[in-house]
Amino acid sequence: MRYVDEFRDGGLARRIAERLALAVEPGRRYNFMEFCGGHTHAISRYGVTDLLPPEVNMVHGPGCPVCVLPIGRIDNAIEIASRPEVILCTYADTMRVPASGGLSLMRAKARGADIRMVYSAADALRIARDNPAREVVFFAIGFETTTPPTALALLEAVREGLPNFFVFCNHVLTPAAIANILESPQVRAIGTVPLDGFVGPAHVSCVIGSRPYEYFAEEYRKPVVIAGFEPLDVMQAVLMLVRQVNEGRAEVENEFTRAVTPEGNARAKALVAEVFELRRSFEWRGLGEVPYSALAIKPMYAAFDAERRYGIAYRSVPDNKACECGAILRGAKRPQDCRAFGTVCTPENPIGSCMVSSEGACAAHYTYGRFRDAPQANRRGAEGAKERASPAGGESIPPAHRKPTEVA
Amino acid sequence: MSAAKRDYIRPVDFRSGRVDMTHGGGGRAMAQLIEELFLAAFDNEWLRPMNDQAVFALPRGADGGRMVMATDSHVVSPLFFPGGDIGSLSVHGTVNDVAMSGARPLYLAASFILEEGFPLADLKRIVESMARASREAGVPVVTGDTKVVEQGSGDGVFITTTGVGVVPDGVEISGDRARPGDQVLVSGTMGDHGVAIMSFRENLEFETSVRSDTAALHRLVAAMLAAVPGIHCLRDPTRGGLAATLNELARQSGVGIRIEERAVPVRPEVSAACEFLGLDPLYVANEGKLVAVCAPEDAGRLLAAMRAHPLGRDAAIVGEVVADPHCFVQMETAFGGARVVDWLSGEQLPRIC
Repeated sequence: MRYVDEFRDGGLARRIAERLALAVEPGRRYNFMEFCGGHTHAISRYGVTDLLPPEVNMVHGPGCPVCVLPIGRIDNAIEIASRPEVILCTYADTMRVPASGGLSLMRAKARGADIRMVYSAADALRIARDNPAREVVFFAIGFETTTPPTALALLEAVREGLPNFFVFCNHVLTPAAIANILESPQVRAIGTVPLDGFVGPAHVSCVIGSRPYEYFAEEYRKPVVIAGFEPLDVMQAVLMLVRQVNEGRAEVENEFTRAVTPEGNARAKALVAEVFELRRSFEWRGLGEVPYSALAIKPMYAAFDAERRYGIAYRSVPDNKACECGAILRGAKRPQDCRAFGTVCTPENPIGSCMVSSEGACAAHYTYGRFRDAPQANRRGAEGAKERASPAGGESIPPAHRKPTEVA
Repeated sequence: MSAAKRDYIRPVDFRSGRVDMTHGGGGRAMAQLIEELFLAAFDNEWLRPMNDQAVFALPRGADGGRMVMATDSHVVSPLFFPGGDIGSLSVHGTVNDVAMSGARPLYLAASFILEEGFPLADLKRIVESMARASREAGVPVVTGDTKVVEQGSGDGVFITTTGVGVVPDGVEISGDRARPGDQVLVSGTMGDHGVAIMSFRENLEFETSVRSDTAALHRLVAAMLAAVPGIHCLRDPTRGGLAATLNELARQSGVGIRIEERAVPVRPEVSAACEFLGLDPLYVANEGKLVAVCAPEDAGRLLAAMRAHPLGRDAAIVGEVVADPHCFVQMETAFGGARVVDWLSGEQLPRIC
């Protein structure tokens, strides 16, 4: 497949792996957070960690749009969908996220709510046109990537004078989440989450550009390399990060030049600015209340705002006690550190949101990587992969407690 | 005294008529539909007497042998898709389930659940396609049943088919017979059916040249058994795709399976469609492909026999069976890493980011 296979070439991957092996300084640890779920997914799906040197540690970030949705917001969506006049349109990923009372959108649908899976906001708009007697609500979630299409759909509804199209807005902002992680005590003071740099978002950066990350590089002295979602992109970005760390630089570099410019997509940004305004605060799963981290619909478009129309009151709901999604989303824990992982929490019966989306750290590890937790299993991957080196302290770790490379 | 007039029965309106409750009511309308549609299309010596059951003889030499029975319900949406329809699919699906035991399929039974209001023209098209598929496969539909449900209680038409067949002596095929060292083969490209279906789904319509691979595989199986009578496992990777089938075989046999991504045949159009839908071809359904497991020394001969058959032209050895108490299916990616090929969880859902 042209324009895709080039970025998944095994031969090129080996060449970058060789360069990486030469670039890392022996004994030094490189802890890089890939912010986006798209990167997490690519790393697991293509087995990228098997090609990284043992000195490099990838930490999963919170950039999975489904994972960061708090229970309370799913409860709100179910509340809206339960109104007989409403058709709730949602991205398929969101269907299985657990809500209060053992519900999810999937289960609410089975109980009679009219919930439809759509591929885009434009599909929801079409459903609104086709069902003039019903009220069609688009459950808008996601980072800067999915925000412009929501804005476009809303403005199209305005233009057409569609009286039955509404948006339940849950769009969130990437820079606010990165700042929240860097400000967290685990990273700043306690140092339990060592972070030496970021693999920066791919699709988000197409919209917002590379400029917004310059603040992090400067203020927190952390290198950022914006990378595409293909496995070679990730390898190349890691190599660029290793070089920055070695040279003591903390800059924003762009590996994804085929799509990302410093300024981003001006038209998309203008659309977002036209329709949305900042929320004072928004609850994220894992990060808690994060100030100025999400968008709401501007008052001038209030007629299309589902929150206003149905008088939605937000109620924060704590996660299941056994669930470590919060710590995992902050990079403080790995999926297999959670007691619920792979036992009561599986992709079929997710307890936490990280097990729901294929971009979630837990689902990615469960689906693609959990054979690494079973050292006695006969592994082909081990032939090409390195055995885990002892950590700097030198004490040997029993195999069962070894950090699997791709989630350490 | 006047002579009774001969009954005039208006023919079923297959142009603009629709299924109504009388077509399943057990009265004259039902009898007429059966006669004018089902009997006419499937016509054979077992169906013709119009009993509620079919009485058939076993082929010579089969007495005392082993019989196979399989059943499959078909609820596909859309009903018509590039390369086939629910009618041909309902024949191929069950013929293949019977054939995956190594058996020669003999007879089919078909049961229809029709939704009130369903166009009779579409029903005729489906039944005729089914009859064509059954004739081509050489497996007659010998008995059947029809029910009608009220509008809103069905999705146009559901078809359940049941097949019986006879297993040749000496053939021992079962999902629990994979042993470490065995080779894993597939009969052709993966994911064609699922992508063809998705290209026609409401709100997903996209243009593709991909057609469903729906086909009856029993003749391919016979050719394979002629070359290697000792095949260990056969299975058609339908729902859940190759990934689900390999996981089933691994669990049943208590072994692991390792495959190589590069060796799995996938059409470029299918990988392109999966790419933009956010799907993985390993999880996409097939309706005319099979997975075979055999002893390593038989693999070359089996592959040659598959490739010599039109339905196995693109056959390939994709991996091997290994000892693994966790029954993991692992894949060496084309990129050079390794990963688990897990069961599909829920439905394969598109990613949004």
